[in-house]
Amino acid sequence: MRTFGQLLVRGLIVGLFAGLLAGTFAYVMGEPRVDAAIAIEEANAGAHTHDHGDEHAASSSEEEAPLVSRSGQKAGLFLATGLSGVALGGIFAVGFTLLRRKLRTGNDAYAALGLAAAGFIGIVLVPFLKYPPNPPAVGDPETITRRTVTYLLTIVIGLLAVCAGVALSRWAARYGDVARLAGGVVGLVVTVVAAYLILPRINEVPDTFPATLLWQFRFASLGTQATLWLLLGFGYAATVARRPSEQKVNA
Amino acid sequence: MAAPAQSVTVPAISSRLLLLSGLSVALLLLLAYLVGFDQGAVSQSGMYLHELMHDGRHLLGVPCH
Repeated sequence: MRTFGQLLVRGLIVGLFAGLLAGTFAYVMGEPRVDAAIAIEEANAGAHTHDHGDEHAASSSEEEAPLVSRSGQKAGLFLATGLSGVALGGIFAVGFTLLRRKLRTGNDAYAALGLAAAGFIGIVLVPFLKYPPNPPAVGDPETITRRTVTYLLTIVIGLLAVCAGVALSRWAARYGDVARLAGGVVGLVVTVVAAYLILPRINEVPDTFPATLLWQFRFASLGTQATLWLLLGFGYAATVARRPSEQKVNA
Repeated sequence: MAAPAQSVTVPAISSRLLLLSGLSVALLLLLAYLVGFDQGAVSQSGMYLHELMHDGRHLLGVPCH
């Protein structure tokens, strides 16, 4: 048996590496799109620099040097993804510790992979499909609070939808394997679709923003998060999995 | 019905475990907040950390300006 501390530290370390590698993916696939979007933003706002200022009030007299240069922000990307990885990895480890006994598999590695899949669906995929992430130059600064609240709400709904899927899947299991899988899909999808219909529609993409760039940015963002969760899942599975030799001793 | 958990590696649920879990998650959520949403109130760095992690926020799918 492993202590809570051991399980948590593994999650933090695996999360850090997953975050840094996701940052590498984001640097290669995402940064060119962010640069392109910022070029559009700057063209739209005249010579206004990208500093989160009120763009409506942007005027040349208010212009000042950005707090962090573009190259600084590209380095900060790794800080952001690394810290996110640590946070998610730690929360994942706590979730694994508390939920392990409820997961119906004798294999710890499978349990970790299942939990990572659930986390990716609930925390990434469900919010992504309702409120796809936007590059700079998209989004009205005045609605940021509303968009942040609805985004966090979709994470909560995503996790609840996963729980609904698991619950329905377990209930349907008495009717066979196909019913078990179908129950999981139905529970998840029905919850998500119902929530999508209720949640407000938000579309702030300007008509002039290039559709291809938007698509490429969103794909890079999804890829970044998928990289993080894939590595977190497999990395954590590897750290809790027993080596074949260890298994024989304990069996 | 449930497959027997043959290799349970996790400690048994206890009030101590729940307390540690709660504290850890609270701290980690604070860290996530720092990356995703803080605008200087928590970091006490003005907008510096916020701006530094700007690209990461966008690419991690967090709503941003």
